[in-house]
Parts: sequence; C-alpha cells; structure tokens
Amino acid sequence: MVDKYRSQYGSALEALTYLGQNYLSVDRSLIPDLLRLLRDGEQFDYCVDITAVHYPNRENQFDVIWILYSFSRNERMRVKTQIADGASIPSCVSIWATANWLEREVYDMFGIRFEGHPDLKRILLPDGWKGHPLRKDYGILQQDKEWVQINLGIESGQ
Amino acid sequence: MNAPAKDGTQDVSKPWQSEKPYLDSNELIINMGPQHPATHGVLRVILKLDGERVLGTECVIGYLHRGVEKIAENRTYAMFNPYVDRMDYVAAVSNGLGYCEAVEKLLNVEAPPRAKYIRVILTELNRIASHQLWLGTHALDIGAMTPLFYTFRDREEILKIFERYCGARLTAHAFRIGGCQYETYAGFEKDVKNFLTFVAPKIDEYEALLTTNRIWLERTKNVGVISAADAIALGVTGPVLRASGVKWDLRKAQPYAAYSDFDFEIPVGTRGDTYDRYLVRMAEMRQSLGIIEQAVNAIPEGPIMAKVPKVIKPPVGEIYHSIEAPKGELGYFIVSDGSTQPYRLRVRPPSFVNLQALDIMVRGLLVADVVAVIGTIDIVLGEVDR
Repeated sequence: MVDKYRSQYGSALEALTYLGQNYLSVDRSLIPDLLRLLRDGEQFDYCVDITAVHYPNRENQFDVIWILYSFSRNERMRVKTQIADGASIPSCVSIWATANWLEREVYDMFGIRFEGHPDLKRILLPDGWKGHPLRKDYGILQQDKEWVQINLGIESGQ
Repeated sequence: MNAPAKDGTQDVSKPWQSEKPYLDSNELIINMGPQHPATHGVLRVILKLDGERVLGTECVIGYLHRGVEKIAENRTYAMFNPYVDRMDYVAAVSNGLGYCEAVEKLLNVEAPPRAKYIRVILTELNRIASHQLWLGTHALDIGAMTPLFYTFRDREEILKIFERYCGARLTAHAFRIGGCQYETYAGFEKDVKNFLTFVAPKIDEYEALLTTNRIWLERTKNVGVISAADAIALGVTGPVLRASGVKWDLRKAQPYAAYSDFDFEIPVGTRGDTYDRYLVRMAEMRQSLGIIEQAVNAIPEGPIMAKVPKVIKPPVGEIYHSIEAPKGELGYFIVSDGSTQPYRLRVRPPSFVNLQALDIMVRGLLVADVVAVIGTIDIVLGEVDR
C-alpha cells in the first residue's frame, strides 16, 4: 500500500514506523486528497482522532495529525503534516463526519483554521475568549482576564 | 423562519433550515441545561422545536473544561496519573489503565502478568459499576425510579472492593506506570468471588424490572436510532456502535492487558435504538462477570511491578494507545521530547465523540425523547470537557 502511494506522490510522502505503529508524514498539499484515498481505497473508514502539536521554534510551527482505523483490516494509521502559523488546512468533514467537533477542538486549542468546515467556532472555551491555550507560548496560568471580568464579574478565574 | 440558502445548497451548520416544517408554525428555540437534571452534568443543548417535534440540536459544551491536556504538559508522567481519573470519574480505573499502558509502551516496558490480571479484574469491576450507574440514571430520566436504588446499592459493593484495595472509591488511582503499586489485600479474591455470586442475580433483577416493562419498551424501542454507517462516520464507539450491529470491541480486536487470555462474547444489537443499547450493556455486564471469574481463578503469582526507572524519561517519539473503556474507545496520544514531562498529551475521549451523534439521533423525535437519548449515549461531562 505504502509503495503504491510513494510511487504516486514521490518525496511528498514518507512512511515511518515507531514502536510498531505506522504513520505517514506527508506534504500539506496532499491533504485532503490522500485522506479521501485512504478512506475509499484502503478502507480507513473510521477517523479516530484529529489533533495537533505545536513546535514554536520550527519554521512550520504545527503538526496536524489524523489517527485512522480500518475495521476490515484491523489496522491503525497516522497521517501527519506540517503547517505554518496562520496557515489553514482543508477540512475533512466531508470525508468523516466525526471531524466536525474534532477540528473545532483543534481550532479552539491551537488556532489552526480548517477551510470548508461548516461551522468553525470554539467548542470548549467560550466564544469571545482570546488566545489558544495549547500553544506553547500560552502559559499555564494565563487567562483572558478581560473576558473573565466582563462575563463573570470577578478579577481572576483562578 | 430561516429560508434555505439561495443557491439551494444545505447549510450543514443549521440542519433545521432545510427541514420541512412539521407544523405550519414558527419554530421555537429552547435551552435545555446547563443546569438540568437529565443532562448528567453541565451539558447545554439548544433545541430547535416545531411544536413537540425536534428539528435540530446544538450542543454547547465546555462548562467543565479544566485544561487537562495543558496540565499534562506541565506535570511529570507519574504526577499526571491521578489527573486522568478526573475525566471519566465513574470509570476512573479504565482511564488509569489506558494512561499507564500508553506510557509503558512509550518506555518499552511491560507490566508483569500478575499486575495485568489485577488490572483486568479491577477494570472489569469498574465497567460493571459504570454500566450500573448508567442504568440507574438512564432509567430515572425515563421515569423508572426503582432501578436507581437497586444499582446504587449494588455498585456500593464494587466501591468497597476498590476502597479495600487502594483506599479510594471513585478516583482510585489504582495503577502505576509499570504495574500496580499495591499487592492485593488478604481476602481480595474471596471478596471478588462473593461479589460475582452476589451481583449475578441482581442483574436479573434489573432486567425483571425493565426488559419486558411496557412503559420501558414504549419509551426506548425505535427511539434514537442510528445506523451502523452513520455510527462509523461519526466515530461512535463502545456499546452505542455495537448496538447498531458492528461487532467491534478493542478487547478482542487489539487485545491489551491480559484480555487475550479470556473467553468472552461481544454482545451486539440489530436495530441501533435505545432498547438495543440497553440490552447490549446488560449483556456486557454479564460478560464482564465471566471475565472477572476467569481472571480471579487464574491469577498468577509473581511481581506486580516491572523494572521502571525512578525518573520516567521516555525516549523521543510518539505513541497512540487506546483501550475499550465502558463508553467506547479511550485513546492517549503522547509525544515525548525525551524530558520528564510529556511534550504533548492528547486524550481521545469516547464521550466527546459519541455526543456528536446526538443531533442525528434525536431529529424528528419528541422533546421527552431527547432525555432518553442523552441517557442512552452514556456521557460523562468530565470527559467531554476535560
């Protein structure tokens, strides 16, 4: 399977294994076509999770990760791509409906925008909140003081 | 009333806009929650109604958000262990199992066989406790009050075992990275066996109250139906997926701990309605009893802790490990940068993902059925919001 895609996409795709778990490190331009191919061609019909990791010292600051599972193959696969701060990435809600809330959470926590998402807004934090807490430059005690004062009427939420 | 988009395309974010109104009247938007006894915590559901009929819903969550993933980045691996108990606090032992196994994989160590058996026994006891709590509250939501008292009475016996084993009842912190901290207490096996003979007839008792009860059937049959295809597309797992006819359980598909040693069945449903989900969970409790019995009779001797360094510093890398929690697939994705703290720790919560199916399940039903469907998904808001 991996060989087939490697010949198709060349250096834009790299297949790796760590501790027995397979993942594809791919160029951003392959998203979402590759994800659609994995679902339709390789039966990865279940999108387990979508998440991101922030590396502030890198040029492309974010890793976006899709964790996929195939019922018929009983196999897991991770797809990983890198994007820059402020860049957006195509949404895959049309591929897996479950991506809706998962992408909203990534947006909420990292500020990564998903193009074509039907309703991209915060999910866990309140709508008017400033900042994206899972970025590395967001301190653990940091909060949107202004929001807390206006909406809760107290000096600090901690 | 909102008109459909001009170009005829459906605005997916506002599903009710494309629905034909059931009654020729204005739609009504009402808030259910966040302070509502049937939402099992602080869940707010915005209901778009046409008379009594539900046209669409929107869940507003996050009221219980504590930033568990951010906390993880600021704690060492061992320090974070008690925090995971606070996510799905009615199945804390399962959370701990998933976390400890994920870190063990990252460290490339394996818990000794005895520890694995202790883990299986406690986790399955916890599954029964979680299902009992679900049954009691779900039945109460629908109007049957007696099952609540029965299930809470019997769940107490499980919590007593937890308390004797590790000193805590709910947020047990029962396992450690590399195995278990505590050896079983004298009389542990006897307690567990007594519990098995005690609880088996009690499950029959719950069933006698509900399974053929006419009101229960009316309120649950063909309510909140979700097809297997929809369930898979929405990433729904656990009993909800199995009730739709997908025979998939991580304990069988990708066995962890010592599950490959035991014989058990995966109960499945056919219709994917609230009644089937009830039957699946009842059957799962009985299967768990079987697993516990096999485990407690074959529990091996030996150490309960693997050789784990005093300071846990996994090598640079990443791991995804998931287990079959009572509510579905609970996954941990951990990125290590070689330091004592996780660089990134992501929890894949089953309740959060399953809750997304609420909208598709309640559309077209009556307001009273929304309560039944929220109950049948079996969410814990501590895990939804983290």
